[in-house]
Amino acid sequence: MPADHTPGQPASHGATASSGATPGASAPEHAWRTGDAPRRVAQAALKELPWEVGVAKPDPTIVVDGVTRTFGGLTAVSVDHLEVQRGGITGLIGPNGAGKTTLFNLLTGFDQPNTGTWSFDGRPLGKLAPHQVARLGVVRTFQLTKALSRLTVLQNMLLGAQGQKGESFLRALVPGTWRSQEPANTEKAMELLTRFKLDRKKDDFAGTLSGGQRKLLEMARALMSDPKVVMLDEPMAGVNPALTQSLLGHVKDLREQGMTVVFVEHDMDVVRDISDWVVVMAAGKVIAEGPPESISQNQAVVDAYLGAHHDAPLTVEEEDRVLAEAEAAIAREENAEGDVIGSETRREEDR
Amino acid sequence: MGELVDALAVALKAGLGFQAVFLALLAIGINVQFGYAGLLNFGQIAFAMLGGYGIAISVSQWGLNFWVGVAVGILAAVVLALLLGLPTLRLRADYLAIATIAAAEGLRLLFRSVSATPVTNGTRGLSGFNADFVTLAPWDTARRYGILGTQWSGAELWVTVIGWVLVALSCLLIWLLVRSPWGRVVKSIREDEDAVRSLGKNVYVYKMQALVLGGVLGALGGMVYALGTASANPDQYQNANTFLAYAALILGGAARVLGPVVGSMLMFFIIQFADTGLRTLIGNGVIPEDLLSATDVAQLRFVLIGLGLMLLLVFRPQGIFGDRREVMLDAR
Repeated sequence: MPADHTPGQPASHGATASSGATPGASAPEHAWRTGDAPRRVAQAALKELPWEVGVAKPDPTIVVDGVTRTFGGLTAVSVDHLEVQRGGITGLIGPNGAGKTTLFNLLTGFDQPNTGTWSFDGRPLGKLAPHQVARLGVVRTFQLTKALSRLTVLQNMLLGAQGQKGESFLRALVPGTWRSQEPANTEKAMELLTRFKLDRKKDDFAGTLSGGQRKLLEMARALMSDPKVVMLDEPMAGVNPALTQSLLGHVKDLREQGMTVVFVEHDMDVVRDISDWVVVMAAGKVIAEGPPESISQNQAVVDAYLGAHHDAPLTVEEEDRVLAEAEAAIAREENAEGDVIGSETRREEDR
Repeated sequence: MGELVDALAVALKAGLGFQAVFLALLAIGINVQFGYAGLLNFGQIAFAMLGGYGIAISVSQWGLNFWVGVAVGILAAVVLALLLGLPTLRLRADYLAIATIAAAEGLRLLFRSVSATPVTNGTRGLSGFNADFVTLAPWDTARRYGILGTQWSGAELWVTVIGWVLVALSCLLIWLLVRSPWGRVVKSIREDEDAVRSLGKNVYVYKMQALVLGGVLGALGGMVYALGTASANPDQYQNANTFLAYAALILGGAARVLGPVVGSMLMFFIIQFADTGLRTLIGNGVIPEDLLSATDVAQLRFVLIGLGLMLLLVFRPQGIFGDRREVMLDAR
């Protein structure tokens, strides 16, 4: 390699996550190294907000309006209004089938909604393909980890770097155009791998990593693209408890660097530990939002998880009423089935 | 013993001949698509046919220059790749496989149909289009040349040399591509498309580039074949050749630059050696006539190839050049 070595110059990666308006969001790039006390700016900003669904945030980065997605007769997602605070960690919880992953897919362009608009930093994201959303700085991970098995760990990381000249077909043929970017990207990748304790594995195939290590690799790979928003789909699922602690630390680090984190999680201890704000979904709708401590007191949330009548015994009158309602519903349905059937049954009765 | 040496020489010629070049170029194309990008193109022979007929029709029917014919062949392959890719590359991998296998068979039947006869000359095929090419040879093409105990006509030698130059250039191109960030993206697409999308790469464009590049390489293979046989006939382009190229690729090792080349040479060497060797053994009575007759040999050599491939997949699934660790990852 000739003189095109330019280490220490991050090339096109100068533009980083920090472009926020709040002081915490505009943290310098390497803030996490210095060991400052955590600046929970987002948490402070969210403190005064009422705990109600669709509440406006002081500095929203993602705004969702009237997004619905139906699969046949099933409404998987129907969100009227949702804002995500910049620079905070927003936890998205809800029972299985609540539409959390579908909402993730919609927000990142992997799926298109039936109705609704949603925007990122004021820029509408509707009709954008997944790679276009990613280029804007919204990067996601997947519930089922997607490590690129037959590439090495380091190659996995390098794939995440943005603005690589050598990714165009013609320029790939002229190594001089892209070779200078590789050392800078490799250095950045190694730095991230060291943080995630994967640096010793850099030349192993990603397919040989354990499940937890793959989760770490996926998160590190997402960070290679200098995202503004990181969306983590069940980052702790299938990870052993010891590793969970270090993963949690990494997620908190992201906030210290000024990134916005949205994550789906089932483990309430994790959610309470790291979230600044929690959004609860059930049956496709947002049923509650608020700081983590508010959620366990929220009746709608308890109902969604445990069922509305979980602690009240069913009385005889109530049972009768439910039965009567069911019968009425059946009768209505039969009437609605049309005149043909109706007239036939009538004729049978006449005989 | 001398007969077996002759059989070896014949097999060596087959392993180095233009048929091997043809298979190698098909397999290099498939290597780009299947080995690196994970695209299942089961109709590579259709690209070869368009390449061969691109020259044949342009020169013999339309009276155009040879080089225009080459351009027509390449252009036709690009168009076919775009037509096949546009609707299917957004879908799962299976759809491309279905579309390509159907296109290969459909195009062959179209080229031999009566309605296409004014252009393609139907089943009788086209010939007499390689004169411009043969005259470019720096040696006397009317003479025969002996190399390493094998006999070559001057024209055949010229096609073969140019063919191997093409193979070498293609390998250089692939080598440059797969070690670049472009190659990294394409290999990642083979592993998981959605992960690549989530990192901001336009997967569709990369898949299309791989499909077109592989198709053009296939077209070059078809041109070499048409020039080598000095004729173009639709039935030369049976889709079995696609699968022979897949076999050669797996034999040599997929996702390796030289895998398809060595695989193709070996494939033709083994087929020809089995053929000539068995005929020799039957001829001098080592194998009794009532156990195996010379007419059975043509079938038996493919049985042997099949057997060899099975043994290969059991004992060396990565092929000659592959990395066993890499191949075994899929089993997890």
